[in-house]
Amino acid sequence: MKHSITKWSLRSVVWLIYAALAVGILWGVLYIVQLNGPTFFFQALLDGVRLGFVYALIALGYTLVYGIVSLINFAHGDVFMVGAFASFYAITQYGWGFVPAILFAMIICTVLNVVIERVAYKPLRDAPRIAALITAIGVSFFLEYFTALRWVFGADFITYQRPFPVVVWRFGGLIITNITVIIIGLTLLLLFVLQYIIKRTKMGKAMRATALDKSAARLMGINVNGIISFTFALGAALAGAGGVLFAIAFPQIWTFMGLMPGLKAFVAAVLGGIGSVPGAFVGSLLMGSIDVMVVSFVPMGSRLRDLFAFLVLIIVFLVKPTGIFGEPQSEKV
Amino acid sequence: MLLEVNDLHVAYGAIRALQGISFHLEEGEIVTLIGANGAGKSTTLRTISGLLRPFQGDILLNGQSIIRTPAERIVPMGISQVPEGRQIFSRLTVRENLEMGAYTRKDKGEIARTMERVFTSFPRLKERLNQLGGTLSGGEQQMLAMGRGMMSRPSLLLLDEPSMGLAPILVEEIFEIIKEINQQGTTILLVEQNAAMALSVANRGYVLETGRIVLEGSAQEVLENPQVRTAYLGE
Repeated sequence: MKHSITKWSLRSVVWLIYAALAVGILWGVLYIVQLNGPTFFFQALLDGVRLGFVYALIALGYTLVYGIVSLINFAHGDVFMVGAFASFYAITQYGWGFVPAILFAMIICTVLNVVIERVAYKPLRDAPRIAALITAIGVSFFLEYFTALRWVFGADFITYQRPFPVVVWRFGGLIITNITVIIIGLTLLLLFVLQYIIKRTKMGKAMRATALDKSAARLMGINVNGIISFTFALGAALAGAGGVLFAIAFPQIWTFMGLMPGLKAFVAAVLGGIGSVPGAFVGSLLMGSIDVMVVSFVPMGSRLRDLFAFLVLIIVFLVKPTGIFGEPQSEKV
Repeated sequence: MLLEVNDLHVAYGAIRALQGISFHLEEGEIVTLIGANGAGKSTTLRTISGLLRPFQGDILLNGQSIIRTPAERIVPMGISQVPEGRQIFSRLTVRENLEMGAYTRKDKGEIARTMERVFTSFPRLKERLNQLGGTLSGGEQQMLAMGRGMMSRPSLLLLDEPSMGLAPILVEEIFEIIKEINQQGTTILLVEQNAAMALSVANRGYVLETGRIVLEGSAQEVLENPQVRTAYLGE
């Protein structure tokens, strides 16, 4: 009897804490809303979600690759950068339109990432995980500094020319541009295609099987190396599209532009639960919102935004290392 | 001769798991490898499937050496393995697990027909078709693993400890189905710790001890061997 009472009161305490948290968050949101008016708040939220969609395109690559080879591909943000540059050359040098430019960027990134995997990671497949991780950081530096050479992309900031004029709509005080619509629409389309590939196609099913159990997958006759390449290709295509969309939203590109979005997308993937596709998406939306909210509401926010991003990472690791959608690590028997 | 294993040596680093074993399978047979934990039974199957490379010896499938063939190309040649501990894909549905078994095949109609055949052997899988593999009971998981192994329509099925962790009544059921699969024309190499059960369905048996074959013969001969009776049948 006594036992059940303590259990009951413990549960009510937990609920009280949740209630207090909910009230706190609600109060915080309301406070922020009234601070500069609701229009300002919703504009920030919209911009945050928009940024979150771009992060999602990068974060998915992290999470897919992690799911299959347990490797954090730190060069992923730099693949994203190459996507932005590929589309820049397509648009500015060759005068291509938006659609061919983004397809071109996706193809270039796919090839690049598959080559990276073959050259840098595949030889380390059976090495300790830390070796591959350090290699990934090395590949990241290599891409950043090699492309900064004068005869590659150069080390300067380059102004990105959008392949279409910006159209602005106003709803009340809320500003929505065609860029926002394109980013959200295209990302949703790509996510839909990705989900279809993973859930319905033979390749996608083989990917999931390989992620679950490599030796069993080989016993099915699945070419595991091929599936790993395919996974890197998928992630890279998404990152390439993300690079183009990012450059269209923030039209200044340079070879280090992938660093921060890459790291924040990584934080987003961890926040959502690394290895989980829906987790990467939700984590990215949260991450983008936090990013823009900090800039909009925190004093000196534009300088502190990165600090807050990594604060999120630390908090996730402290409170729930498996992330929102992550499952507790259950290594197969 | 369907499969011929000649003087096979396999090592994990410095540990020698197989020290020169030889055996063979005729078409249509059930042959069993029995032995204690660590005798090298699973290693033998993993080497035949191409997951491990021997450093000496050869494996011939229909007279053709397969020791340099990667695992994914051995499956379409007609060898399928049902691994120890079942290794079903826990987050894939039963249907998807079976589809993965047919990964190397193209013809969708043929695949659907094979799946129907699997359902006649394991009707319970049909009821669980859209359930995740990980939510099945141990017995059902074993059935799924075997059904998945049949999906590539192998001429040789390698079964690794199908009775492991199952209730006696389920073990009986599983072994009945093994006989059935064999009668439909599939040759079976059965690895078991449950020697009595394995020898009751097998045509021939080999006894493996620390990486060597110490005894071979018809199932009857092995069963009646006094050493086998004390060491593996607990008499």
